[in-house]
Amino acid sequence: MSDIDLTRRSFLKTSAGAAAVAIAPGMMLFQVAHGDTQGASDKVRWGMLIDTTQCKDGCNDCVSACNKENGLSGETKATDSQWIRKIEIKDVSNGRELSLPMMCQHCEHPPCVDVCPTNASMKRADGIVLVDKHRCIGCRYCMMACPYKARSFVHEPLTDQNPDVPRGKGTVEACTLCVHRIDQGLKPACSEACANKAILFGDLNDADSEIAKKLRSVATTQVRADLGLNTGIRYQGL
Amino acid sequence: MKKLFFSLLLCLCIPMAWAADANAPKLDIGKGGQCVEDPQWMRKNHMHLLKHERDDAVRKGLRDEKHSLKNCIECHASTKDDSVIARDDSFCVSCHRYEAVKIDCFECHSGKRKSAWLQQREAK
Ligand code: SF4
Ligand code: SF4
Repeated sequence: MSDIDLTRRSFLKTSAGAAAVAIAPGMMLFQVAHGDTQGASDKVRWGMLIDTTQCKDGCNDCVSACNKENGLSGETKATDSQWIRKIEIKDVSNGRELSLPMMCQHCEHPPCVDVCPTNASMKRADGIVLVDKHRCIGCRYCMMACPYKARSFVHEPLTDQNPDVPRGKGTVEACTLCVHRIDQGLKPACSEACANKAILFGDLNDADSEIAKKLRSVATTQVRADLGLNTGIRYQGL
Repeated sequence: MKKLFFSLLLCLCIPMAWAADANAPKLDIGKGGQCVEDPQWMRKNHMHLLKHERDDAVRKGLRDEKHSLKNCIECHASTKDDSVIARDDSFCVSCHRYEAVKIDCFECHSGKRKSAWLQQREAK
């Protein structure tokens, strides 16, 4: 009975007709009563440092781990989603070859967010760039804006998604930095899967974190640093 | 003001009319047990909870376990097939079909209980 009273009172108070509006005060109460999580904090900036000298040519473990974790097919046709790819690069002047993983760079100033007409493409307070698929209309502007070709469009209906990783046809998606794992205190799947420990995950803002210490002590680069996007993914040995 | 009272009256009447309806959906409530909120309140308001809190979860990282879709599925997925959508009398499907309200949630979200989904993945 008390719930009904509450609804009635808020009806009277707000004098707005829609039930959705009337519910809001009730919801506040529940949240206060049950709210334990702090949510994403802007004190934190999640990032990864990829040591290309440790990344083995031909190894695909990070990619497989990502596919498994996020329920991607693992196919690489033009219409298949790829959140992380291994790329091979070669310096033609001296023949030096490198193999490294490439994914959404979780830019501090993400062009994909700038162009999105619906605010679906967004950056969380802790630096993780995501697509809010509840809002995404599938226009794919963000795919064109991303300098790293990091995003994929879901072309076909999907079934049997990971309960922690909703994905669906008509929306754009990309590496989420395994946000569902981070929020449980786990590392991203690729970082965990790499036997050579080539992918170091951590908080770039925490001076005592392993990643911040390493960034202080070795030479690292951001891919296309000239664009000034201040990426959260850094590379060593490029 | 009159309008408000009428809509309120309507809100209260729908569940009552429902209780009297012999064709009311018979649903598989899964494990069931004590709902996280009053069941009658939930019947009317679950969509508002899901809709408001999804924004908090995705955009702010505020994950309220209690009111999460995953938590709904944990209790209400059928004990036979671990799903809230697999059959005509599955928890979400039976009411939504009866009320002719399309559910979009499961075009992206899994309708499976997580433990069952994990088991299935490991078996593959
Ligand atoms: S790498 Fe691309 S998708 Fe990722 S944040 Fe930057 S612009 Fe956006
Ligand atoms: S495809 Fe979706 S996320 Fe990308 S720009 Fe369009 S609405 Fe935004």
